[in-house]
Amino acid sequence: MDRSQFLLWVSLALFSIGLLGLIVRRNLLVMLMCMELMLNGVNLSLVTFAQRGGSVEGAVLVFLIFIVAASEIAIAIPIVLLLVRDRLTLDAGAYTDLKG
Amino acid sequence: MDNVLMLQTVLWLPLAGMFALLVVPSGAHDAVRRLSFWTMVLQFVLVAVLYARFDPAAPGLQFATRVPWIVDWGVYFSLGLDGYNVLLVLLTAFLGPIVVAGSFTAITKDVKLFYAMVLLIQFAMMGTFLAQDLFVFYLFWETMLIPMFLLIGIWGGERRIYATLKFVLYTAFGSILMLAAIIYLVLATQQAGGAASFAFADLMRVKLPLDAQLWLFAAFGLSFAIKVPIFPLHTWLPDAHVEAPTTGSVILAGVLLKMGTYGFIKLGFPLFPDATQLFTPTIMVLAVASIVIGAGLALVQDDIKKIIAYSSISHLGYVMLGLVSLNLIGIQGAIVQMVSHGLTAAGLFLMIGMIYERCHTRDLAAYGGLARALPVYSVAFMLLTLASIGLPTTSGFTGEFLVLLGAFNNAWTQHLGGHSFALVLAVLAASGVVLGALYMLRFAAKFLYGEAKVPHAPVADLVLRERLILGAVLVAVFWLGLFPDGAMRKTEPAAREYQLLVRTSRLPAVATAQAGVDALAPAAMPGTKP
Amino acid sequence: MSTHLLGLIVALPLAGFLFNGILSTRLGGERLNETAVNLVACALPGVSFVLTLVCFMQLETSGKPLIEATYTWATIGGQGFEVGFWFDRLAAVMTLVVTGVGTLIHVYSTGYMHGDKSHARYFAYLNLFLFFMLLLVLGRSLLVMFVGWEGVGLASYLLIGFWFDDPAKAAAGKKAFITNRIGDAGFLIGMFLLWGAFGTLDMDAINAGFLGPKAPAVSASLVGLMLFIGACGKSAQIPLHVWLPDAMAGPTPVSALIHAATMVTAGIYLVARMSGIYSHAPEASMVVAAIGGATAFFAATIAVAQTDIKKVLAYSTVSQLGLMFVALGVGAYAVAIFHVVTHAFFKACLFLGSGSVIHALGGEQDIRKMGGLARRIPVTFVTFAVATTAIAGIPPLAGFFSKDEILWFAFASSQGGAAWLWALASAASLLTSFYMFRLLWLTFFGASRMTPEVEHHVHESPLSMTGVLVVLALLSAFGGFIPVVHYLEPMLPLPAVPESLHHLEGTLVIVAVVLAFGGLFAAAWFFAGTAQRAARVRETFAGVYRWLANKYYIDELYEAALGRPFTWLSDRVFLQLGDRTLIDGALHAMAASARRGAAAFGALQAGSLHRYALYAVVGVLAAVLWSLRHG
Repeated sequence: MDRSQFLLWVSLALFSIGLLGLIVRRNLLVMLMCMELMLNGVNLSLVTFAQRGGSVEGAVLVFLIFIVAASEIAIAIPIVLLLVRDRLTLDAGAYTDLKG
Repeated sequence: MDNVLMLQTVLWLPLAGMFALLVVPSGAHDAVRRLSFWTMVLQFVLVAVLYARFDPAAPGLQFATRVPWIVDWGVYFSLGLDGYNVLLVLLTAFLGPIVVAGSFTAITKDVKLFYAMVLLIQFAMMGTFLAQDLFVFYLFWETMLIPMFLLIGIWGGERRIYATLKFVLYTAFGSILMLAAIIYLVLATQQAGGAASFAFADLMRVKLPLDAQLWLFAAFGLSFAIKVPIFPLHTWLPDAHVEAPTTGSVILAGVLLKMGTYGFIKLGFPLFPDATQLFTPTIMVLAVASIVIGAGLALVQDDIKKIIAYSSISHLGYVMLGLVSLNLIGIQGAIVQMVSHGLTAAGLFLMIGMIYERCHTRDLAAYGGLARALPVYSVAFMLLTLASIGLPTTSGFTGEFLVLLGAFNNAWTQHLGGHSFALVLAVLAASGVVLGALYMLRFAAKFLYGEAKVPHAPVADLVLRERLILGAVLVAVFWLGLFPDGAMRKTEPAAREYQLLVRTSRLPAVATAQAGVDALAPAAMPGTKP
Repeated sequence: MSTHLLGLIVALPLAGFLFNGILSTRLGGERLNETAVNLVACALPGVSFVLTLVCFMQLETSGKPLIEATYTWATIGGQGFEVGFWFDRLAAVMTLVVTGVGTLIHVYSTGYMHGDKSHARYFAYLNLFLFFMLLLVLGRSLLVMFVGWEGVGLASYLLIGFWFDDPAKAAAGKKAFITNRIGDAGFLIGMFLLWGAFGTLDMDAINAGFLGPKAPAVSASLVGLMLFIGACGKSAQIPLHVWLPDAMAGPTPVSALIHAATMVTAGIYLVARMSGIYSHAPEASMVVAAIGGATAFFAATIAVAQTDIKKVLAYSTVSQLGLMFVALGVGAYAVAIFHVVTHAFFKACLFLGSGSVIHALGGEQDIRKMGGLARRIPVTFVTFAVATTAIAGIPPLAGFFSKDEILWFAFASSQGGAAWLWALASAASLLTSFYMFRLLWLTFFGASRMTPEVEHHVHESPLSMTGVLVVLALLSAFGGFIPVVHYLEPMLPLPAVPESLHHLEGTLVIVAVVLAFGGLFAAAWFFAGTAQRAARVRETFAGVYRWLANKYYIDELYEAALGRPFTWLSDRVFLQLGDRTLIDGALHAMAASARRGAAAFGALQAGSLHRYALYAVVGVLAAVLWSLRHG
């Protein structure tokens, strides 16, 4: 297996761990961390493809994703903190107010 | 004023009135009422002038407008007056000021919004009748639902939410199906002629295979049948009438129900002649069922509004019977019956509103001996009752007599040819004259005669405003009863055209020869059906 | 020849209705006093009567019917419905009776209704009735006649229920209207058939069509039957006779005018007017005669057992109308009209006389509580007796002549005369004589059975009432000599009588006279003095008596067989089963299933973030797999 293939497997592994964690874990902060993992897995695969192909768009897209992820986490964590301040628990099962 | 401009004014005036109302301060109830009333009066004056200038001998549409709108789809904003809608436009304009004046003392909260809704509905109804383009027609048809929803839902009685939801959902259900059918139809014009068109004239020329006609007719027919309403799609009407405020009932019974029958005579039947021919026995059965069952249901009601609601179902059964008789006399009778019902039902609902304002109950058992207590009221009530049961000299007789004559002659011809089904139905329909007398006279007996029982007595007899309103309605009723010739001359060319359209098959590759033959048919000789 | 008088004759009573109705009633503020109302209400019909005489003269001189076209009601497809008037000999006779007797009864009413709180409304309605009745008899087409036909039904409804504070009286008016309407449905169908065949409703054209050489497009018998159904309703024949006795709830002059002299004869007029149809419709004519005969006999039996003075006269009217239909059924149209004329005279006199009695007794109508009035109200008594003698058929009063001709043609006419018909009619005549003299005896003779207060009150009626009674009594006495049949013969020829039967004419006359006197003596024997013998017969045949007194329970039968079932059907089947359970039930089921569907979809939104994430993953996987398959 050459280097890029190996990196792609790593990125898939990161993504899957993140996805599985999102589905399985109940702790809100951990779920956020898993979402970050998923994002980073995708980033890795983008960089790998960019390097393999020789074009630079992949790398540029990585920076875009960094910015979006950062702003998204900057909003998500305060939201979680505000919610937790009221319910005093980080368990996702406690937040089902949007049910149909 | 130029006629075309006048017709446009007639349509847009109520809408302009509604916007003008927005400027009036909410508390100035008198100003609101006066503005609405005079807007409606102006509309009626213009319509009356147009009616007088309407020339039945001129072919095609009169005072027509045709403004390109969404040209890529073939949509033109097309309005016009023809024999189909001239009487209904007159009726709508006539009832406009009456409806407004009739509600002066009945509505006390949210007055501005109320009259805005009334003007909006007048705009929508006028537009539906005047439209000569299917897109415009459908637009106005749907527009009418919102103000009606609000009228019943805000100013109605106890179960108003149930009643208004039932009314809107029932009607909208039919309309959605009609929309699908419209789209199919327009695409068919595109396939046939190369350009899509929503214009009625173009749609009437499209050839459609029988199965397509059947489905389209079912979709259009369902929507119109719910509106008329024909048995068994009638159950929304009693609830809507009972819960609606008086004005709502008058608008509903006076004009809205006619939109269903107008839909049939203008679109439903002429667009799909082959399907109509196939469905005629079914429609006849349903029409007669409406007449008989409507009358029976009216007989056992104790809510005075429900009696008139069920009587509407019965009266409009005659209209449907006349329309499918395909007999010129029957068709003319149906058109007159539409107008007659509009007048008598509106008048009766106005009277019920007047007594409700005084006595605050709709329970028949609570009333008695009103003829002794309220003589003027009782005279007007008795006259409207007689018009409702079709006493000769009233409009009710003109409508019922001509419909029955047309239907009977059509049925008799079929009977001589060996098919007696229509004859049985026609005889049953004739029994409607007895049933009509049964429930209305029961109503009159309990209401007017016997020992005097007036809730919240003593109550005042009719005031001048009420007398004028009812007087106007009665004048119209007797005018149509004694001198219907003028009105019928204006609608006869349209009736003939309708008859020809429904008799001409529009199946692909069959129609042309037959159309040629029918067009050559001579005017009737005595003894043959015209 | 054309004229403008006919329209005027019709319009004058209408003017009276509008004038009094608007100005003199509570509608307009009661602006006129009683005298003014009386004047307007009586003068206008009087003028109509004079104008009718003028037209009658014109008819005599010109020999051709007077025609007046007014306007076109509607034109459809080139065929028109015209409103026009037609005055020929038949119309002349009818109009003279309507306006003449009508005016007399108006005059009588001024006395009878004096002091009534709705005095003006009464005269307005009475004028309205006259308007519609004149429309009926003068109309040229069946359509105009039908307008008048329904209109008199309306006037009848309003006048029967005139004292509407009593719900029973109002109900009687409603019953009359509904029963009439049933007949009207038949009339309408007859009209439709005629229109389909001839393209016009003008009666002269239709008659010509049937009498002409070409066979018309519709069966005469069918049309005849349909029109006869209408006649049954208006003229109270079986099975639509039930409204007439109840109609006695109205003021007595109304009973005289509408339910004796004019409205109820509309059916006779219709059949006579359409003689062109009936002379070519043997089956229909047979039905007419049979029903007429049956009704004549049937009603006479009921009259024997009635105890209300007006009810006796009501059933007597039904019976006499039956006899008129017998005459029509055997083709003797002119004879039927003759009996209409004489009947108008003596029946109006009888009804008005009974009104005088009721007035004298302060409202009492039960003949068991009368008696001994002959000397106390002599004018009423004498006129009543004259009219009774006339109706019984005792020569040489009017009833004898007309009834005798009916009986003769019932037996001998070549267009349906038969012995059984004659026997039925004669039996009815015998009973007529019997129950009328019974009425006379119980009311006027014997010892007084009145209560003391009533007896104290007894007084002769005012001149406005007794004057009219005298005029009508004279007409009942000498009216038989008016040559009505002869006058009508040119347009309504008498049916032929087979040679073999001619010699029986004299015999039958004698039989009729014997029966008339027989009835008289029988009544005297049973009811003279204290009417003991009658009481004994009543006890012996109590069951039969009860059946007769309760009119064979026909009203109860109709209520049970028609009235209640239809109401039950409307309530249980149409309303509760149909509307509520089935139709609304289906609607509510649809709404409920929509709600349940929405709830099911709503369950997907459990609020759990994990769940949503899972959905997202599953969705993406599905999309990827799909694109791999189809990509």
